[in-house]
Amino acid sequence: MASMENIKKENDYILEVRNLKKYYPLSRFSLGKSRAYVKAVDDVSFKIKRGTTMGLVGESGCGKTTVGRSILRLHDITGGQVIFDGQDLAKIPPSKLRKMRPQMQMIFQDPYSSLSPRMPVGEIIGEAVKEHKIVPKSEYRSHILKVMRDCGLQPQYFYRYPHEFSGGQRQRISIARAVALKPKFIICDEPLSALDVSIQAQIINLMKDLQERYGYTYLFISHDLSVVEYISDTIGVMYLGSMVEIGDKKRIFDNPMHPYTKALLSAVPISDPDVKMNRIILSGDIPSPVNPPSGCKFRTRCQHCMDICSREVPKLKEYEEGHMVACHLYSQD
Amino acid sequence: MGLKNFFERKKIEGVDNTMYLTLREERRISKENNRIIKYYERQKARKNVPEEEYLTQMRDPNNVVEFDNLHTYFFTDVGTVKSVNGVTFDVPIGKTVGMVGESGCGKSVTSLSLMQLVQAPTGQIVEGSIRYQAGDGKCYDIPKVPKDRMLKLRGKEISMIFQEPMTSLNPVFRIGEQMDEVILLHEEGATPEIAKERSIAMLKSVGIPMPDKIYTKYPHELSGGMRQRVMIAMALLCNPRLIIADEPTTALDVTIQAQILELLREVKERINGSIMLITHDLGVIAEMADLVVVMYAGRIIEKGTVREIFHDPKHPYTIGLMRSKPSGKLKDNRLYSIKGQVPNPINMPDHCYFLNRCDMAMDICHGEYPKMIQYSPTHFAACYLCGESSFPKNDLAKE
Repeated sequence: MASMENIKKENDYILEVRNLKKYYPLSRFSLGKSRAYVKAVDDVSFKIKRGTTMGLVGESGCGKTTVGRSILRLHDITGGQVIFDGQDLAKIPPSKLRKMRPQMQMIFQDPYSSLSPRMPVGEIIGEAVKEHKIVPKSEYRSHILKVMRDCGLQPQYFYRYPHEFSGGQRQRISIARAVALKPKFIICDEPLSALDVSIQAQIINLMKDLQERYGYTYLFISHDLSVVEYISDTIGVMYLGSMVEIGDKKRIFDNPMHPYTKALLSAVPISDPDVKMNRIILSGDIPSPVNPPSGCKFRTRCQHCMDICSREVPKLKEYEEGHMVACHLYSQD
Repeated sequence: MGLKNFFERKKIEGVDNTMYLTLREERRISKENNRIIKYYERQKARKNVPEEEYLTQMRDPNNVVEFDNLHTYFFTDVGTVKSVNGVTFDVPIGKTVGMVGESGCGKSVTSLSLMQLVQAPTGQIVEGSIRYQAGDGKCYDIPKVPKDRMLKLRGKEISMIFQEPMTSLNPVFRIGEQMDEVILLHEEGATPEIAKERSIAMLKSVGIPMPDKIYTKYPHELSGGMRQRVMIAMALLCNPRLIIADEPTTALDVTIQAQILELLREVKERINGSIMLITHDLGVIAEMADLVVVMYAGRIIEKGTVREIFHDPKHPYTIGLMRSKPSGKLKDNRLYSIKGQVPNPINMPDHCYFLNRCDMAMDICHGEYPKMIQYSPTHFAACYLCGESSFPKNDLAKE
């Protein structure tokens, strides 16, 4: 009985990432000394429940995008497991992987460079549908038009080219392209950062509507915390290739534990001139990932740096239910 | 004709109602444009313009810049784009003026007009004046100032910080060379040694560690935040009276953004200058600005002090902008969004430009463009909604 429940519980998670590692070798030729690596993603683990949204935040260069790309196996990973719907994506052969592809889609950051300028909108959205034979040939056109309608694109756009559209409309086209394959899981890599505030709200609403209607699972990568707070159910905070804090949205925002999360939250400008915050301003820049600081990677910018921080790498530990932190401040007692 | 059919679009379900120009129309427009552009270019190219022609008087001596009914148009081959269409506002000495609006609403073109950096020959200031009070007490009317005189103002008294520091720093020169150039150009009697000393001191003052090392580095060797600091240092070299910051933090992370905003605030105190801060982030505006100007499609739709704009917004666009920003205090599940998108900048209608996106549109809105209505000594908005009409006030703002 217990095993049955266990299996059911496992099935709740559409994606599980275990100890994901992605190293980029620095130089091809290294004589005498050991090869140097950029540890873009170093030992990251998390799970995403079916039909929910996980937000991934962090500064640029912290490895958020690499995590996204590794999950989709857009590049091979150095180590770890990516278990999607019970299958380890890192291990399955390319021919099988191809069959899995329609189930996982990606929406890219820049709607200006991610759409082919030589293809009309209908073809951009439909290319992969044809390739993977998602719908029978007779239903092809009606399927594309339905997807376009779902994404707020008018049917007469079918024969137009991307350059005729504004940024917001283009992002709708990218979303339609992802959605047309009837995926289960969509990675959104900063889909809003190239858009204006009023258009951002439209796209967020569109994504929420689609999730409600079709039950998509999102991994939402962004550096805009207010958007992440709005759209996600769980949030992971990354710093220099490692996960420093992960938990439910409410817990992270109401009770941030890691000093980096605290600083990140306090750095968001608030749209109210009368609210004065006591802001934690981090000094300096994010260190180079080629030779990150020993021990805790955040210690060079941390206010609460202790002796132990330079010696030991803090482990991700559960502090309260559904809230994990990697910091020595909380591991001592 | 066969050719005509070739260009005709296939139509499916519904009517394709896009307007396309014929070749003949396009030729007519470009001919017309050439005539207009030639006129303005000739005006600008004149030599030995007497000073009286471009010196004027400020309306209020407490202002450093006064924009007065500024019109900047772009004469493109598909029609005239009225990028800035009658913009009037002041920048007081020692204050920060924030400009908000969607991309393409004319915020950047307004600031570029002030620097005389509008992309010529298509872009021209066709009407209005920008009065600038220089350090020597003279008052210049920027659109009329000849090019050689402008060179002495630009970069010295008015300086600019751009959005993308990587594209505005020259990648083939060292940071030091680029900074020294500013001093050598603008200061009389400056030697390379003095310039270097001042550049390094300035780099240090904007919080760059090891300034003498950074001085010899190339832009690509620095991080985004560092580059933006270098840009700020460069803008401050000649003690400007006005800094135009055009989306200075948009390309940066939040933690770095916090550092840069802190620095800008500090710098303003130090030089007692004014800042024109252009951004689309309302949070940044709330934090930095004293006065706010909200632009939409080339016009100012609302202006006032930061408290007036944030606590008592009048124009539906401003209200929509505030509400479409996600924040923790959201009650309902759906985010408010302003429907539709900015209208095509060519052939703008005569009525309110926001009409097609406005939830509050009334019959009167289809009439002529609303005038600026004054609510307090500083608060103006161009909307019929909260005008003298009997419409209940503040109803919207409370939501």
